[in-house]
Amino acid sequence: MIEIKNLDKSFGDRQILFDINATFEAGKVNMIIGQSGQGKSVLTKCIVGLHEPDNGAVLFDGNNFTEMDRVERKDLRKDIGMLFQASALFDSMNVEQNIMFPLTMFAKHSKKEMLNRVNFCLERVNLEGKNNLLPAELSGGMKKRVAIARAIAMNPKYLFCDEPNSGLDPQTAIVIDNLIREITYESNITTVVISHDMNSVIEIGDNIMFIHEGKDWWQGDKNSIILTDNQEIIDFVYASDFMKEIKDSMKNNH
Amino acid sequence: MLWIVFSKPEKARIFRIRMFDEIQNIGINSIPIVGLLSMFMGGVIALQTASNMDSPFLPEYTIGFITRSSTILEFSPTIISLILAGKIGSNIASEIGTMRVTEQIDALEIMGVNSLSFLVLPKIMGAVVFFPVLIIFSIGLSLIGGWLSLIMSGLASTETYVLGIRSFFEIGNIVYALVKCVVFAFAIVSVSSFYGYYTKGGALDVGKSSTQAIVTSSIVILICNFFLTQMLLL
Repeated sequence: MIEIKNLDKSFGDRQILFDINATFEAGKVNMIIGQSGQGKSVLTKCIVGLHEPDNGAVLFDGNNFTEMDRVERKDLRKDIGMLFQASALFDSMNVEQNIMFPLTMFAKHSKKEMLNRVNFCLERVNLEGKNNLLPAELSGGMKKRVAIARAIAMNPKYLFCDEPNSGLDPQTAIVIDNLIREITYESNITTVVISHDMNSVIEIGDNIMFIHEGKDWWQGDKNSIILTDNQEIIDFVYASDFMKEIKDSMKNNH
Repeated sequence: MLWIVFSKPEKARIFRIRMFDEIQNIGINSIPIVGLLSMFMGGVIALQTASNMDSPFLPEYTIGFITRSSTILEFSPTIISLILAGKIGSNIASEIGTMRVTEQIDALEIMGVNSLSFLVLPKIMGAVVFFPVLIIFSIGLSLIGGWLSLIMSGLASTETYVLGIRSFFEIGNIVYALVKCVVFAFAIVSVSSFYGYYTKGGALDVGKSSTQAIVTSSIVILICNFFLTQMLLL
């Protein structure tokens, strides 16, 4: 479980996050949604320590990450997997080397055991036999799947996904969504997904947090987000007239 | 930044592999350009010295002596380092800068890897270890270039050129050249890595970082050259 308490973050004079409080539960897909420029990515980077918050605390299973020194953070980060928006695969390494990288750096396994783990992860993301391909030879969806395989190689307790569906066609997006959900449930991982994609939110979101103007505007589950009267969320979720008509018809049916 | 760069690598074996890769990238891949430049540089120094020796009181072996001295003291360590600042500096800044803007450095940090040490330390060590080899190689080829140009132009004989090269030789000059090139190697890699690592933005900014890396490392080389000369020769 990850808890965020009273987190503020600013860059210079510009405050991005205001007093954020949230709890991301283990074994569930926790979604952070909101319009562009509202602070979703900054919040995620504050959680994983790529940005230092100005105030507040981030607790990983009760351990205060913000107060940890470099060595303690390094240890905790071995339990964190992250899928970046642009996949962030290492260009100079092939698929196998990319997935094996965290194992080579931190695991004390033999080469054969590491290779078995790589192949298991590749199988898990339906990319068996693609070991020797370079990132430049992969499609967008394949890159995301390799990045997921790399993120789960060390059996993480916490998984962060920054817009996992961006740039993917709807079918591939569903494949990625399902993969994230399955991995979360199988290994009881605390998964945090940033997304703009409402299909994803409805498909896999167990807990949803809506960020607006840098504040934790709304929190709930996927059923309540559909029926909420909160105008900012309605504007975000039902952005088009077509979607607004669907919402009205759903309300009338209720 | 340097404090973090020089922290203990996560795994010694991986550090060694990466260092040898960097020796290949930074050092061995630079041998052709260093060789070509050095041959022509030595040739030009010898020809210019020979063509400017009008006084009958100057012995002919002065050509070899001046070619050797200027090559060891200045041309090989400084000019070659300036050329390599362009080649290696842009390479390092663009490589690390691209990793920054494509979030590969963030990915390393999230995994718990000290990205500064992982990326920069092998490059610094590779350059510091291999630059002296390159400079010795450059000095040798420069002297050969000088000899070839004199033979082909008929301005001096092999015997007088070799006599000049051997005259008043001081091992301290070689030490001075090697100290300079080690300092320049460190300056090129650390300055270029700094600009690459702190790149912000996109492809355009990677290009800007690369240019800034070359300009700044060249200036740092010139300033270091001035102070090292004061400290070591005067």
